[in-house]
Amino acid sequence: MSIRAKELLVLGLIAVFSLIFYVGKVSGWKAVQFSTTVSIIVILLIVLSLVWILIKTIRGSLIERRIVFLYVGIAVALPLFMSLSQKIPISPEVKAVYDSIGELPAGSKVLVSFDYDPPSAPELQPMAEAFLYYCFVRDLKVIMIGLWPQGPQQANLAIEEVFEHEDIKPKNLKYGIDYVNLGYQAGNEFVIQRLGSDIKAMFPSDYRGKPYDEIPLVKNVKNFSNIDYCFNLSSGFVGTREWVQIAVDRFGVKLGAGNTAVQAPQMYPFMRAGQLIGLLGGMSGAAEFEYLTEWTGKGTKYMLSQSFAHMIVVAFIIIGNVAFFRSGRKSRLDR
Amino acid sequence: MRRAIPLLITGIVGAVFVVQYFVPHYPFNMMSNWFSDWFAIVGACAIVLGALNLMKISIQKVIKRRADWGYAAVIVASFLLITIIGLAEGGDFRDPGTKFDWLYKFVYTPLSSTMFALLAFFVASASYRAFRARNFEATLLLLAAFFVMLGRVPVGYTITEFMPVEYRLSDLASWIMSFPQAAGQRAIMIGIGLGIVSTSLRVILGIERTYLGGD
Repeated sequence: MSIRAKELLVLGLIAVFSLIFYVGKVSGWKAVQFSTTVSIIVILLIVLSLVWILIKTIRGSLIERRIVFLYVGIAVALPLFMSLSQKIPISPEVKAVYDSIGELPAGSKVLVSFDYDPPSAPELQPMAEAFLYYCFVRDLKVIMIGLWPQGPQQANLAIEEVFEHEDIKPKNLKYGIDYVNLGYQAGNEFVIQRLGSDIKAMFPSDYRGKPYDEIPLVKNVKNFSNIDYCFNLSSGFVGTREWVQIAVDRFGVKLGAGNTAVQAPQMYPFMRAGQLIGLLGGMSGAAEFEYLTEWTGKGTKYMLSQSFAHMIVVAFIIIGNVAFFRSGRKSRLDR
Repeated sequence: MRRAIPLLITGIVGAVFVVQYFVPHYPFNMMSNWFSDWFAIVGACAIVLGALNLMKISIQKVIKRRADWGYAAVIVASFLLITIIGLAEGGDFRDPGTKFDWLYKFVYTPLSSTMFALLAFFVASASYRAFRARNFEATLLLLAAFFVMLGRVPVGYTITEFMPVEYRLSDLASWIMSFPQAAGQRAIMIGIGLGIVSTSLRVILGIERTYLGGD
């Protein structure tokens, strides 16, 4: 089979699977769920196959890269069908975000900046949903903005999801009174700088075009001094670093953040210095926050996949090092 | 003149922002606000310019049948589709239930998430081939990665739950992230900060001119 034919075959398969998943989603199909026994048997089989790979490696036979890809695919996909539960430990940085929101009195204004786009949504969207849920449960007023073009759309998706929850529905939250989406503004860190002096100058209307002064929630909000808490969801530039450097250092804003796992380590110095109140790092941060806020979201659901994927990577690091030492520390695993 | 004016603008704007940081009073605060507003306007124009440029390049590629012109055709078609649908739906085009929202939710989001998800496969493969205990430093890095990878997910907590609190993998991972990792990050940030200060001064003073293009 030629390469072009293989590409077309893969594209065709992806299209068929996408169609099936879409039909399933809109039709409300229930996902197949393995029982606990089946789940444990599947895990044992995977572990046994890894042991077999380790034995093969010790005997001098190296595995191909596509086998690693296959195991990662299995580690991510299979747990989605398993019915196993894990105890989620709470890290101090996540607890700090939770506590800081808990300390705000009802009616406090919280500014949430959605500085990410769909590629980072699997990690950040669960945080956004859990955070908004917790704000609404505590009767806080939420002002949403985006310094990334897709940010306001992600905010809408999160709101849509949160409003389906049985704790939120009876509150009958109203747009413009309990929450508002001011949309996207170009200008990166200069937007943050300007919010410190005049929010209206950067967001003269909401994302639908309604004038700022006609929105009851924000008409008396002049700048950061009228905001009680800021929360930044970020996956790069412009993001948490700029919010710390400008909003916190210049204007003394109270800031919590949610970052992708890749970016989160860069924020620890800010947290250690007290510039950042707390941090939700990656999907595990989202799962921890969901656990604290009692929001049943995707962070917790996907943690089993993440646990499996991490274990698979660790297993292959061990296998790779076995191969490395077995070959007198000269091995180049190019295959 | 073509170089002098941009140099002058850069010098004045840069100097105002530096002074305004230390003296946030009239007239520097007012000038800073002006320049911030102008930056947002220029930024918004740059987005339009970037989109139009992408269209121009893609259309040229399709017309001249250059290599991989099929991908360029997909860009043009997608661009036109989303723009036309967005414009046709008016001011509420991003609301739930609109066609734009459908495209965003069921086409754009899964496609871009898929691209990002490919990273997991490459990270695993790269870890398998590159994470080697070659020397002391590499072994330290390897061990840190080992503990953090297991400690940051619930399974790390589960397999060491019987141990005293400080010795559990989750606590060890938190310690690594909060102390050695934060110290390393801080050192890098200080280095970057010093670099930014010196480069910014060179730009403001007109010594560094590469951003203007040419030599």
